[in-house]
Amino acid sequence: MLANYGYKDASGDYFITIDTDKCNGCGDCAAVCPVDLFAGMDEDPNDPLRVEPVAIVAGTKKNKVKYECNPCKPEANRPPLPCVAACATAAISHSW
Amino acid sequence: MTEDKKEFWRWTESNWKNPDMEWKDAQFISVGIDVGSVSSQAVIMADGQVLAYGNMRTGSDSPNSARNALNFAMEALGDMPEDRMDYCIGTGYGRVNVPFADRTITEIACHARGANFIYGPNVRTVLDVGGQDIKAIQCDEKGKVTNFLMNDKCAAGTGRGMEVFADMLGVSIQEVGDRSFEFKGEEPPAVSSTCVVYAKSEAAGLLRMGWAREKVLAAYCKAMAERIYSLVERVGVKSEFAVTGGMAKNRGVMDRIMPLIGMDRLTTPWDTQIAGAVGAALFSHALCMKGKGRKK
Ligand code: SF4
Ligand code: SF4
Repeated sequence: MLANYGYKDASGDYFITIDTDKCNGCGDCAAVCPVDLFAGMDEDPNDPLRVEPVAIVAGTKKNKVKYECNPCKPEANRPPLPCVAACATAAISHSW
Repeated sequence: MTEDKKEFWRWTESNWKNPDMEWKDAQFISVGIDVGSVSSQAVIMADGQVLAYGNMRTGSDSPNSARNALNFAMEALGDMPEDRMDYCIGTGYGRVNVPFADRTITEIACHARGANFIYGPNVRTVLDVGGQDIKAIQCDEKGKVTNFLMNDKCAAGTGRGMEVFADMLGVSIQEVGDRSFEFKGEEPPAVSSTCVVYAKSEAAGLLRMGWAREKVLAAYCKAMAERIYSLVERVGVKSEFAVTGGMAKNRGVMDRIMPLIGMDRLTTPWDTQIAGAVGAALFSHALCMKGKGRKK
């Protein structure tokens, strides 16, 4: 499942997508994110019959992802995003 | 304005019992409760089939709304003791306020599962426009979510946004759909923003320019349709397409979305408002089958 967390407004699309078919719930993304955007869940709230743990973007932060991720996204010379780099299964992508 | 005119969208509270089923015959009784910002539903299932449901307005107090919806469904059922329920799942915006639920599940999962039940296994794209959010979901033939997004950051494009706008124009919410087609001349372009604040000032300007209220409504409905479509487009539209939730009943917006979608939407004899609660009850049933029901 592609879980898209974020929003769209007049300035653009701001979504962080977690591919839950790839995610194994290891929690590495949560460990490296400086603003605690990710939360590891034992039960996927969007897929009740799943048994493995999974990462989600925690409740209130998904409506502020553009601002939350600012520190990792300088205008020029953007380094690899820590969350994307940390995820061994390549489950995370950002739309902006 | 009568009480009736103040109703949000065109729906009335209702409860129903399946005349072909009896609770006494059931092995598992599973329950789903969907507490939305505008309406709350309770669905009672016997072995995975709908036995009874209740559909009511959400009051200011969510725990009571959940209880009232369940009581309303139980009323239709007549004589079933409440401890006959094996498992109950709460969903929706107010899902944390279902005190008697065994578990909560997001409305994303429940709407997909519910749409699969009420529209059939060919549904691949589900659009739900609620009072405060827009959900676009893709699912497989079992009703399992494969791709979703939910926009609840602002009121643009939601039932709440429409309500504020209708209020400003002095048009009752249930007349919005029809009146948005009752203007002379060509369909106007969409207002440039669905943001409630900007749209209100833009509308005031159009009225001053001499536009009929109906034409302003048309322009706003069109903007809502485009806004909602842009979110659906992000997850992608796959055939077949279905709509759940209150906005499904507003033709001012729906008739303007469908040409953008480019395919027909499925129809159903079921009340589209119960989709979320149906999904929750089906998950309850699935968990009962896995042995998670309450011990008697
Ligand atoms: S690092 Fe990747 S696999 Fe691990 S929890 Fe995060 S998204 Fe899932
Ligand atoms: S880009 Fe940085 S702030 Fe944003 S989610 Fe990834 S690690 Fe966290």
